[in-house]
Parts: sequence; structure tokens; C-alpha cells
Amino acid sequence: MTAELVAEAGAAPEAPARGRQVWRRLRADHMAMAGLVVAIAAIVAAIAAPLLIHLEGQDTTAYHSGLLDSARGGVPLGSFGGVSGRHWLGVEPTTGRDLFARALDGARISFLVAFGTLVVQILLGVGIGLAAGLGGKVADAVLGRLTDLAISFPQLIFAIALLAIVPGTFPRPMLLMLVIGLFGWGGTARLVRGQVLSLKTRDYVAAARLSGASRTRIALREILPGVSAPLVTYAALLLPSNMISEAGLSFLGVGVRPPASSWGQMLSTATTWFQADPTYVLVPGLLLLVNVLAFTVLADGLRTALDPKARSLRGGRR
Amino acid sequence: MTSYLLRRLAGTVVLLVVMAALVYVIFYALPSNPAVLVCGKGCGGGQLAAIDHKLGLDQPEYLQFWHFLEGIVMGRDYSSGPDVSHCAAPCLGFSFQNDQPVLSLIAQRLPVSLSLTTGAMVVWLLIGVSAGVLSALREGRFTDRTVTALSVLAFGTPIFVSGMLLLILFCGFLHLLDFPVYVPLTEDPAAWAKNLLLPWFTLAISQAAVYARLTRTGMLEALSEEHIRTFRAYGLRERRIVGRHALRGALTPVISITAYDFGYILVGAMLTETLFGLPGLGQLIVQSSNNVDLPVVAGLTLVAGAAIVVANTVADLLYAVVDRRVVLA
Repeated sequence: MTAELVAEAGAAPEAPARGRQVWRRLRADHMAMAGLVVAIAAIVAAIAAPLLIHLEGQDTTAYHSGLLDSARGGVPLGSFGGVSGRHWLGVEPTTGRDLFARALDGARISFLVAFGTLVVQILLGVGIGLAAGLGGKVADAVLGRLTDLAISFPQLIFAIALLAIVPGTFPRPMLLMLVIGLFGWGGTARLVRGQVLSLKTRDYVAAARLSGASRTRIALREILPGVSAPLVTYAALLLPSNMISEAGLSFLGVGVRPPASSWGQMLSTATTWFQADPTYVLVPGLLLLVNVLAFTVLADGLRTALDPKARSLRGGRR
Repeated sequence: MTSYLLRRLAGTVVLLVVMAALVYVIFYALPSNPAVLVCGKGCGGGQLAAIDHKLGLDQPEYLQFWHFLEGIVMGRDYSSGPDVSHCAAPCLGFSFQNDQPVLSLIAQRLPVSLSLTTGAMVVWLLIGVSAGVLSALREGRFTDRTVTALSVLAFGTPIFVSGMLLLILFCGFLHLLDFPVYVPLTEDPAAWAKNLLLPWFTLAISQAAVYARLTRTGMLEALSEEHIRTFRAYGLRERRIVGRHALRGALTPVISITAYDFGYILVGAMLTETLFGLPGLGQLIVQSSNNVDLPVVAGLTLVAGAAIVVANTVADLLYAVVDRRVVLA
């Protein structure tokens, strides 16, 4: 699917659409706008997490054993996992920690890792893609094989293995960005390389070369801007996939470590409570799901807005 | 064809050696001392040296790597004085935490992973291909748009979220199924299938989404080809055109991707296996990573790499077998 998306995202836009035009097309796309609203709300909430948690009057670590039913193994008292005016999303079973606070804190980690990973992926992918596209035959062959390897690699397996051996003192979110990014730059590199190959034969690039522009200048000033439109689209698709990767690794217990919280980690502790306290599962699960979908729909809208000829993922005529 | 096969085989071997080197460097040559990890924190200097010797960590690095490769081909002994553990070829290492060769740990888990992957594959092919065909035949209409929207939804849902939702629905609310417990096929086929139903569907949901899209694209492409138009002009029944001729063209990419996915999921169904507590290969990777059982992690990573490389090769070969226009060179 990702490869297919790369291929579709990489269908070279003939004339890069102007910002205002793109915005107008995006605004006409109701699904994409809904995605945008959710995405912005989520990011703002994640940034303002400490403030919002303060507003609720709770924190991420305080235990509230008084809110638990000790006779039933520590299930929260009250309906829907103990939802109340003081605990907006209820409390965690066995500890009674506030779920709203923990979920928001998890949002912070989730976005932090997803965006940080994106930076690593873009830097590596653009660097390697540019080098492969502009660096001559040998460079292209070597980097091309490397890219194939990076794409077909069992990323999750290697990520788990790597995360297991790095000492616990290394800051965990940073490590996650590095590990997910290190295995996830292949698609970007392939996309950039393809764009570069088609752009470098254009007349305006030849003109720049004839007027004596240096290689670096041509790469950064002439070619890179032409790559930016499909790159933005692809980056928007990478973001939700990074969120899933982080959540997955944390779910498996090799990602974010307690006391920090993450949606994946919340889900992994929630596994055993799905019968007694479904709310505990649904809070992180639906948050993750809604955010991933919002970003995916937004990315798809962005793609059709940037390149009207591209077919929407959602099909239909547009 | 033969020369292609030979070259492909040689390439595969080279790739596997590179992968072995990578695995070796990551797990044995990096500063995290495996002896300390094997022994634990309360280990004295003498004990540490003994383990170092037993694992061969007191030898120079290139020799260690050689022994690692040698072990895979010929087997090796891990000895420290009277205490000898033999690890028969192909030796992928020895788990001191489990006191077993890595390979036998893998062999115990393989039936579970095979059961999970095979069943899920049947489900995702059934759902994915039929949804894709339906979607292509009703292009642009309600059915098509519904299928496409559902496949975006299914693909976007993380596997551990969809699995959890299925659990809540079928075990929590409807009480139709119990929480899965693995029962070997040879013991009780009915219980085996019933317990694997939820894991199968969990895995299959996100896969089916990809296959539906793939089939839809392939089907649309096949239906627009000239020979299909000719069949139509001859007045062949539509069902026969779609079922016999168009489907054949549409399924070519599906078949080769299936081979690839089978290899990948066989060793990499970590999330599903962890969620449902199935003792498969994916769960073994996660568990041994969390216990820092390095030989198992290293051996499994290598096996996983090998499985995927082999699956890739099989996928390419199948492509040529199914679609005779493809020339392997």
C-alpha cells in the first residue's frame, strides 16, 4: 500500500499549484477539512496538555484508590470507568490514576515522536534521494539497493531488537525517533530520487548548469523546490504511520517506559481489562484511531489539492 | 531460467551473510556486554570471565563472527570446562536463559505462527479479492465508494486497536467467543479454529484492505485490455469474461504479494500474537527482547530476514509463472 501511495504521490505535478489555489481546493474537500480540524485540535491539545490537565484539576501520577472497587479487583466505581465531573475520562483500574491526564500526556509523546521521526525520515530520505538522483551511476546503484533494502526490511523486528539493547538511561522518546526514522526513510528516498531524475532533465535546470551554478546550488535551489509538493503529501502520510509505529512499539513494551504514558502503552495494560472496564481500552484506542484517520484523510486531501490529476484514495470522481 | 535462479540464489546468500554481519555487529560487537546481560547484575568478575569464555567473547571480533557463521553451517559447542552445551547445525546461537539452542525454541513456536498466518491469509484473500472485484465491477458507484472508504478505514486502524475492538465486541458484549487460547491443530481441530478466529480476522482486516485496492486496480486494468474487448465482441458471457479472463490478469500482482506477505507475517505478527497471547515467533521476539535474551533476538532476526528474503524470491518467481509475459533476466 505504501509503495502504491508513493507511486501515486510521485506522479509529477506539471505546474506546482499556488498556495492559495491549494487552500481553495482543500477547503472544498469536506473530509479533508474535517481531518484538518481534528488534527489541529489534537496538536493544540497535546501542546497545551499541562494546562488542560491543570484545568481538570488532576495530574498524571496521583493514585486514587478511593475511586476503585477493591472487591472486584480494582475496577473503577461508577459507570463508564468512573467518568465524573472530576475525572473527565474516568480513572485507571488498580491505580485510580486520572485517564484524561494520562491520555493527554500520551498525546504529547505520540506527536513528539511522530514529528521527530518525520524530521529524521525527511533528512535521511531527501539527502539520500538527492544523492542518488544527482550523484551519477555508481552512487545511484549503491544508494538504490540500500533504499530497496530499507523498504523491504522487517522494520518492526529490527526496531524491537535495537530498542532492547540500548541502555535505559538513553532518553526514550529520542531513541524512538531515531530507531523508527532509521528504518523508515526508504519511501521518501525513492520518491525524491524519482522526482529528481525527472526534474534534472528540464530546461531550467540545464540553464542553471550552463550559467555556472554549483552542484549544491542546483540541488538545493533548482531541484529541491520542485520536489516539495509530493514531499509534503508523502510527509503527511508518514505522520500517522509514525504514530502507529510508536504506539505499536510501546504496546509491545519496548517503546515509551513508565512513568511516562503513551497510547500504545495504555492499550497494552488495558488488554486484560477489556471485559471489566471497556472504557479503559476505548479511550486510548479511539484517540489513536481518530488521529490516525484524521491525518490520513488530510494527507489524501492535500494530495488531490496539490495535484488535481491524482486520484483520491477514497475513489469516486474528484 | 536456470541461470536466473542460480544468480538469484547467489544474491540471496550474499544478502543473508550481510544480514548475519549486521545482526552480529548490532548484538555482539556493540558495547552492551552480552556476558553482563546473560549473567545479570549480581555477577562477580570471575563468573563474568567464565561466561565471556563460554560465549567466546574473549576472542577477537572477526574470529567471533567467523564462529557465528561456522555455527550456522556446521554447529558448535559452547564450553567452559566440564560444562558443555552442544548446539547442532544450523546453530543460530544458544539461549542461556532457556538453556536451549535458539533453533529448538523457534521450532516449538513455528506451528503457532503457521496456523495464524495460513488461516489469516485465507480470510484476507477471500475478503480482499472479492471486495476488490466487486468494487471494480461497480466502478464509481455506491458499492465501489463504500468498499474504498472501508478499506481506508481498515488500513488506517492499527492492528492492536482493531483486535481490541473485536475482543470487546465478541468476547465482552456478545459473549460469542472466549479469549483465545492456542490449541494445537493435531489435538482438536475445532477448538484450534474457534480459538484462532479472532486473531485471523484481526490480522486479515488490515491486509484485506490492501488486497481489495490491489485487486480493484488490477481488475480495472485487465477489463480495459483489448483481448477482453474482443471476448465481449464475440459475445462471451460476462461472468465468464470476468471470472476466467480478467481475474487472471488482475490476480497476478496479488499472488506475488501474497507470497511476500506470508513470509513477513509468519515471523512478524508480533502485535497480533502479543495481543492474543499466542506463543508464536513474533511473541518470542518480543519476549526475548524484553528479557534481553540476546542470542534468541539475534537468531530470530536472522531467521526473519531469511524468511523475507526467501519470500521475496518466491514472489518474483511466482510472478513469472503466473504471467508469462514477464521474462526473468
